[in-house]
Amino acid sequence: MKEKKSNPRQTGSFSRRGFLKGAGITAAGTVIASSGVLSLHGQAPDTNKTLGPDTITISMKVNGKMRKLSIEPRTTLADALRIKLQLTGTKVGCDRGSCSACTVWIDDLPTLSCMTLAVEVGNREVTTIEGIAKNGKLHPVQEAFIEHDASQCGFCTPGMIMSTAHLLDENSNPTLDDIKSATRGNFCRCGTHPKVFVATLDAAGKM
Amino acid sequence: MNKFSFFEATSVEEALEQVNSTVSATIQPNASPGASVLKAGGIDLLDLMKEGLSKPEKLVSINNIPQLKEITFDEKKGLSLGAGITLAEISANARIKADYFALHQAASKAATPQIRNMATLGGNLAQRTRCWYFRSKYHECYRKGSSTCFAQIGENEYHAILVNADCASVHASSLATAIMAFDAAIEITGKEGKVKIVSMNEFFVSPDVDRKRETILEAGEIITAVILPKVKENMKSHYIKMGERESNDWPLAEVAVVVELNGEKCKKANIVLGAVAPVPLVSESAIEAIKGQTINEQTARAASIAAMTNATPLSQNAYKVPIFETIIKRALLALL
Repeated sequence: MKEKKSNPRQTGSFSRRGFLKGAGITAAGTVIASSGVLSLHGQAPDTNKTLGPDTITISMKVNGKMRKLSIEPRTTLADALRIKLQLTGTKVGCDRGSCSACTVWIDDLPTLSCMTLAVEVGNREVTTIEGIAKNGKLHPVQEAFIEHDASQCGFCTPGMIMSTAHLLDENSNPTLDDIKSATRGNFCRCGTHPKVFVATLDAAGKM
Repeated sequence: MNKFSFFEATSVEEALEQVNSTVSATIQPNASPGASVLKAGGIDLLDLMKEGLSKPEKLVSINNIPQLKEITFDEKKGLSLGAGITLAEISANARIKADYFALHQAASKAATPQIRNMATLGGNLAQRTRCWYFRSKYHECYRKGSSTCFAQIGENEYHAILVNADCASVHASSLATAIMAFDAAIEITGKEGKVKIVSMNEFFVSPDVDRKRETILEAGEIITAVILPKVKENMKSHYIKMGERESNDWPLAEVAVVVELNGEKCKKANIVLGAVAPVPLVSESAIEAIKGQTINEQTARAASIAAMTNATPLSQNAYKVPIFETIIKRALLALL
């Protein structure tokens, strides 16, 4: 790993993500196993419930699978997903809760992963953009986004789809205003909103 | 963010045993190390931490305390909202929509759908101002204990136009504007379960009283509920927020009006302005102007102008005056 680190661009098979992953493991240091995290939500309190500040191991249900990961209490859910679990579909734009690019569902509620601590997810279920396709078939909103060319640079697209797909799961016959309300928080600097609206309306018709 | 340890409390008592500081105390330049603070939705706290303004060493999560999620109704006391309920839950609550419409509107228009799913009532009331000088770690502003309010001569486009002589920040909570208009009270629980009930006016602290805090909350205290008095017959309310963007934005100006009507005559009124001063502001002049009057275009306009008579806009925010005049008038006329 050291060789790659010193001159990563000369290694043909080297990827930036691979490098980040490797660096992450080196930095993680001692892993202190803790059973507290799983009992966080609604179960019996532990005798010593203070976690961290150093690395702890938690389990988290992501896209239907239980995953084990080492994090610090300060690790945001966005970083845990992207860096620890390699689920890089979730994007981080502002990292302050303003742009909604990092939207994931926690127990089916659209939530900002950049403003959620991974340690606080507990036994709730996380769904990311990677988890909404079913049985190898894209979600109707994903298909409609492709069909209507509803993304330009694409950075806001995963968040935009998590907002609109959630809307359609709740309301299969939304009005244009419903779609505008659902995407109120999702910034798009390319200005794709009109196509996002059309794609979502089209997907609603096909659900 | 700095490193911190994490504790999830399952009861108010357990949470209060763990904390030793308010978030506001951690923002001061001479903040003592080892602070342990409460964390609810985390929207404000994590933002302060990511900006390097607050560096607590322990976060005590209060997101899984059943008591804070309760909504109860008492014939005498009124509607008690647990401080841990989210803005989305307030927005979706049928009783709040029917009886406290202005609060429903304020909760529905605040922030973004995602933030409304996370942010709590108590956190919303206790959040710090969004003044960009306060939010910059490079500016030791008045609110951080110095004697300089940079907004007075600096960039003050979004700042206060009333009570702005010492600090020109505006209070960030839209919910507070509506809650104050309903004359609601705040239930604060301290160590050993000591409960005190304070009015919204007592809860918020003006910078001329204490520049380093925006609420009376002390370390070891927690907002446990907001109590909305029982609505009276013929009571009506309305809230209007004006922002730069229609989609989602902080308010440039906002107003909540609650009136008791006798036909179209205004028996009693409460008019509260937000994004206008360092604290949510009851507009006594507007109330005086509309009380006892039949609400119509003329009287609503007179009340709205009265509200702005004492305005002292800064170099870049005089545009707020006509916006307030317009939304106060519109809110009153919307009651008919």
